Formats: sequence, structure tokens, C-alpha cells
Amino acid sequence: MSKRKAYYASKMKRAVHMLFYRRHKKPGVKGWELRKALGADYPKVLKILDDYLKSLDLQVKTVFEEEKFKENPTLEDLDKARFYVTLRGELTPKEAKMIGWRIDDLAGLAITVAYIISKRGKVPRKEVEELLRDKLPGWKVDVNIDRYIRYGYLTQDENEQLYLDWRTRAEVDQKALMDMLLSK
Amino acid sequence: MPLKRERADIGREKLQRIIEMCRSVEERSLDPFLIDVNDVIATIREFFPEWEIPEDLCLDAETIRHIASVIKLQSEWVKHRSTSLYTDPFLLEEKIRRLEKGEIVKSFLYAWHPVVELEQISLHSLAEAIKYWESLLPLKERWKEIAPQGIETSKATRKELIEQKILLDKAFSEELENFWRELKGRTAEKGEDGKIRYWDFITAETYEETAHRAFMTSFLVTYGYATLEIHPLEEEIFIKPYEKPPAKPSKKQLMSVPIAISIEEWLKHKGETTK
Repeated sequence: MSKRKAYYASKMKRAVHMLFYRRHKKPGVKGWELRKALGADYPKVLKILDDYLKSLDLQVKTVFEEEKFKENPTLEDLDKARFYVTLRGELTPKEAKMIGWRIDDLAGLAITVAYIISKRGKVPRKEVEELLRDKLPGWKVDVNIDRYIRYGYLTQDENEQLYLDWRTRAEVDQKALMDMLLSK
Repeated sequence: MPLKRERADIGREKLQRIIEMCRSVEERSLDPFLIDVNDVIATIREFFPEWEIPEDLCLDAETIRHIASVIKLQSEWVKHRSTSLYTDPFLLEEKIRRLEKGEIVKSFLYAWHPVVELEQISLHSLAEAIKYWESLLPLKERWKEIAPQGIETSKATRKELIEQKILLDKAFSEELENFWRELKGRTAEKGEDGKIRYWDFITAETYEETAHRAFMTSFLVTYGYATLEIHPLEEEIFIKPYEKPPAKPSKKQLMSVPIAISIEEWLKHKGETTK
């Protein structure tokens, strides 16, 4: 193994440890943390890791601070961004069930996320409850919304308005979801 | 005049209604274009000449503020509509109601890429934990260290309280009166014209005692048992005891006289007193 290859292999291992194992309350690592641990060329290390993970159906996902995808991010944008390892492809309904999601709960999450997107990112909780109550028993609606909030998919302000939270931004391709729902 | 008042009432009511309408758009995420901004501004302008009192002008300003926030919402609405994420919420709601749970889940799974996160114990952390466990004292021993000592409670005697300086040996007023009597005696013995030099009176064998005497003297003066005479040119201070303390506190403007009781000063006066 060449010296250069060995250098990046060791950096990649360190990046895997940081990205896969939760270090804080929330998963994921901030860009500046990676720079501190891996050096200034951490974007290159992440690129190599992302290529490697492709064969395992995983990817390194970057979530920028302003929530918008950036074609050519600056180093400052990357330092402030949060990096995660997510599934590259998609789960089958059976697999989703295996990781602890009942079909009802997942459908409820999908509807809530889509509805919030269509309402420009902010919806009164009561409206979502009404929408979910159409197909879910009343007692479950409240429990489910609280669960989505606890997991980090949604957040709620003091006026009981619901917004999308960090996990939706990291895990859900919002455009693909809307396109899929509308094409049905 | 009554016509003008009536018009102002109508204007107030209209502005209140505009504010309510703007609030419902802001709070309930309604379509901000439901409000015709031009029409609303024309109404505000129409009634503006009627406003004379500050309350009405505040109402006018509040209406303008709400209109500004609706205009901001309209601009955000246009921006959102121009993005690829825009979907008519009614169309989406309709779709959602029509779709089967399974179909919704399928759509979501297509767009959902869950975060991979692991929690796993390693051999290294196990070894560290064992090392910690070995050095950890048994609970019995650790609790012994922090257990509070059993202290028997009983009544404290007056003598003990005096020893701990919680109580004074004598009541303060009693001590003050004794001190006053001493001042009168010393003035009669060593003073002139019914007064004695301040430093001659307070200087004692130890510095601590001198400070205590200065402290007591300050109370004698404050409570009207004695007075100070200051001769600034000679740099002399005299203390003059009264024969009887005044029955009522003086209503005269009181004046504070700071006197430094430094060790150097005490040593100087102690030397003089010894001579």
C-alpha cells in the first residue's frame, strides 16, 4: 500500500468511527469536528468514504445549515454543515417493519411530513391531528405526533405549530416524497 | 362634531377588523393573498386624518405593522410557489385521503433514507470499565465516608453563647452607658473645660481594644451621649460628654466624621500616653 493510500485509509477509519457511532444527543457530526479530527482535507476523506459506502447501499449525507442543497459549498458551509451516514437506496415495507415501524405509524409520518411541506413548513398541530384522525384512531394520533417529535422528525413551538426537524432534513428527500405522492 | 366622532368610531372598528384578519392569516397559515393589501391601505389612509389621540395613532401603527407582516408572508408564498417543492395543499389533502396506507408507505420508503447509527460496546471500553470497577470502593465504605456524623442536640447555655460571640456579655445599651460614665470620669480627671482629647480617651493597651473603644465612642456621639469638637487647624479632636443623654433623638442634620484608627496612629498616641 502506498503511503498516500495508507494515509487516507486511516483517516477513513477514523471518519467511520465518528459518523457511525453517536457522539452527542443527536447522531451525525459537524464539519468543524471532522476538520479537527481528520484535518483540513476532511471533505476528500468523506468523498472517498462515500464512494466506498456505495457498494454497501449507504451514503454520506450532508445537511447544510440553511437546509438548502448547495452545488458548490465553501469550506465554511461544510464546517457548519452536519454529516450523517444514511441508507442510499430504499427499504422495503417488510424491512421498515423490522426496524420497528408499524405501517400505520410510517404512513402517519409520511402524511404529516408531506402536509407540512405543502403548507410551507409550518402547520397548526390541530390540523395535522384532524388529517390523521381520518384514518387512525384518535388515541393513536396524539401518541404518534409526540413520537415523531421525540424522534426528531418534527418540532413544535409554544403556539402548537408543527415544523420539520433535523431528522426529516437528514433522512427524507422531500421533493421525491411529494412527487411520489402526487403521481399516485 | 358628533359626525366626526361617529366617523372616528367607524374608522376604529374597521382598523380592528383589519388587524383581526391579518392575525388569522399569520396564525392559521391561511393564504396571505386573501387580504387585498391595496384596499386595506386605502382604508387606513382614509381614516388617518381622523386620528388625534395617541391611542388612535397607536391603533393605526399596529394596523400598518400587521399589513407589513402579511406582505412579507405574500412574498414568501410567491417564493415557495416558484420552488420545485410547491404543491397545492388542497390537492395533496385530497390525494392523501384517497390513497391507501400501503401506497402512502411505499411513497415514503422511496424518499426515506434513515440515518445509520450504532451503539456498541467494545473490548477496550469493557477493559476500562473493569479497571474502574476494581478501583471502586464497596458501597459500605463509600457511604461511611459521606455519612453525616451523629450530633447530640441540647440547649446551649448563655455562657457558651457568649464564648461563641453570639451573645454579648452585657446588653449593648448597658455597655454604652458604662462607657459614657467612664468618659465622664476620665474627662473630669484628665480633661479641660469638660472635654478630653479623642485619642487620649480611646487609646488602650492593645490595638484591638483601641478599635473597640473608637467603635463605642462613635455610638456615644451618634446616640447623643457626647459630642465631638474638631479643631481642623490644630488637627485636634476633642470629645465632650453630656451630663444627661437627650430624651429624644436630635432632629438636627447629622454629620459623619471619619476618623482613621491606623496602627501607626495608635502606636504614636500610645507612646504619648505612656510618657
